[in-house]
Amino acid sequence: MPRRKKRKEIFALGNEAVVEGALLAGCSFFGGYPITPSSEIMEIMAARLPKIEDGVFIQLEDEIASMGAIIGGSLAGRKAMTATSGPGFSLMQENLGYAIMAEAPLVLVNVMRGGPSTGLPTCPAQGDVQQARWGTHGDHPIIVLSASNVQECLDMTITAFNMAEKYRTPVILLLDEVTAHTREKIELPNEGEYEVFSRTVPSMPPEWYKPYEETVRGVPPMPAIGSGYRFHVTGLTHDRNGFPTQRPEEVVELMDRIHRKIDQFFYDIQLVEEIQTDDAEVVVIAYGSVARSAELAVQQARENGVKAGLLKLKTLFPYPRRHTEKVLAKAKTLVVPEMNMGQMSREVKRVNMGQAAVRTINRVDGQIVTPAEILKVIMQG
Amino acid sequence: MSNFTGNEIIHQYLRHNKKFPHVLCAGCGHGIVLGTLIRSIHALEIPKDDVVVVAGIGCSGRLAVYVDFNTVHTTHGRALSFATGIKMANPKLNVITIMGDGDALSIGGNHLIHAARRNIGVTALVLNNNIYGMTGGQSSPATPVGSTTMTNPYGQLDNSFDTVELAKGAGANYVARGTVFHVNKLEKIMTEAIERPGFSVVEAITPCHTQYGRKNKYKSPVDMYKWMKKTAIPVERYNELPEDKRKDRMPIGVFVERDRPGFEESYQKLQSSFLAPATKGGK
Repeated sequence: MPRRKKRKEIFALGNEAVVEGALLAGCSFFGGYPITPSSEIMEIMAARLPKIEDGVFIQLEDEIASMGAIIGGSLAGRKAMTATSGPGFSLMQENLGYAIMAEAPLVLVNVMRGGPSTGLPTCPAQGDVQQARWGTHGDHPIIVLSASNVQECLDMTITAFNMAEKYRTPVILLLDEVTAHTREKIELPNEGEYEVFSRTVPSMPPEWYKPYEETVRGVPPMPAIGSGYRFHVTGLTHDRNGFPTQRPEEVVELMDRIHRKIDQFFYDIQLVEEIQTDDAEVVVIAYGSVARSAELAVQQARENGVKAGLLKLKTLFPYPRRHTEKVLAKAKTLVVPEMNMGQMSREVKRVNMGQAAVRTINRVDGQIVTPAEILKVIMQG
Repeated sequence: MSNFTGNEIIHQYLRHNKKFPHVLCAGCGHGIVLGTLIRSIHALEIPKDDVVVVAGIGCSGRLAVYVDFNTVHTTHGRALSFATGIKMANPKLNVITIMGDGDALSIGGNHLIHAARRNIGVTALVLNNNIYGMTGGQSSPATPVGSTTMTNPYGQLDNSFDTVELAKGAGANYVARGTVFHVNKLEKIMTEAIERPGFSVVEAITPCHTQYGRKNKYKSPVDMYKWMKKTAIPVERYNELPEDKRKDRMPIGVFVERDRPGFEESYQKLQSSFLAPATKGGK
């Protein structure tokens, strides 16, 4: 993008960048409960939101109520978010499912720390990846994004809000403690340099409005509560009018639509960064702070004459299958370093189907995966 | 007011061509509570668009679907957290939650306490039928000691909650109890509760003959209404009774009337102190 105007630079924590991104994206509602290592997001929101017209900040009694409150805020027309870490993320799962079913746009930031249970506060980990995908009960679609540096914390938060609004769905932004607590210089985009998407509101008169009607995109327009469109919102399987139903044909219509509205826009949702992957024979697939280590390792491998590349995942789910298949055309080896016992490598292996050798690097000791560790595996080929 | 006129009012507010027949059993008191709520809203002349009914899970949770307001049927026990979000996002709305005793006092107990402490401008109706009705008659925190239920087949051992005392202690602006037998009084209470800023709690005693009465020596639903008639006593008279006569009596009426500002009001005040005069007056 050509620079028209110098951008404002700030020296910020990943968590601060999340707040900046959220406010740029139009977030005006934050409900949360403190938990390390995500608390800075809540603290900065507490200071900023009351000073913004219509900005709402509320500290709730627990993470269950936090999700309930932001769904309420979302239904009432706000761009709403919360932030938490492992134990709080577990508590949010029930209402996360509600938001998926009621199609309430919202952003949930989970700054991952070591688990299970209270685990390793406040050491980095990536142990909530599969929970983000499957944590709430029942078959459901979900969008899960990640960020590997402070600038990306800002950019991906804006993206998270845009996707939430565009597809009427909760979006989870998974950070890890390293990214959230790293302080570095970032640029704030100027107005007009970034896209802001807001939910489509109905244009028809209220008496014509069907809240869960089939549309081309699969995303029905969404009026704010109190704007004259009175309808029923429920976590029960519902018909086009929003009323509970158990008729198989209506159930399947709803389930198909909520899955399809995410699946069919894979090209818009699945975001990656391809670094020297064009001719790469060894491709590292990484996300979060590990992707930073991987980038250096790939550079060093190239200096040592190995055709290495990095596929940095910015979208974790729906898993970027297309991009993985593309690198598989050349790659003989895939390296998947993670700060968990191998959660994303399951997805990689699923797409790989035995084509390339998949080597995993797994750390669950609360320490980062270093470039040297990744380089060593790359050099083994 | 004749019955006919009463029904005419109610019919204006029901989604009559959409979602009937209803799920409630014969003899259930929940419909009376819903009718009372409708009459209160009608009396206060609040436009339908400005009313949000947020319900929890259970028989009481199903009430929201029948009324032509903005309705949200939430997760079990969480109605108040959704309601808090809606009220904060748009304080002009009249937000009313409908919860059962299990909903409000057991799984949602924490939310009830904190909604009261925060004094959020929401009206909470607690439909107390002493039992988990929809799931088949298991003990709730409002099941009286000694009652027989599916999960206490040998008699309830643990004590029950007093909704009024709980809400009072937690700091609600308005706390009242009524029964579906004393329906005019219930209507008066409900109207006052909706009108009053800050957090209001109305406990409505309503019978569940199917899951509670049958198993606890109430031969018919009518017996349960007779029990209400016999045990309920206005709180003013209850307070004059000697200690030994209070046992087995249930005080009804208004217990707390406070005028502390609602949370959303305090928040707006803080917010307007930051905003320049030109931008003041946002919602």
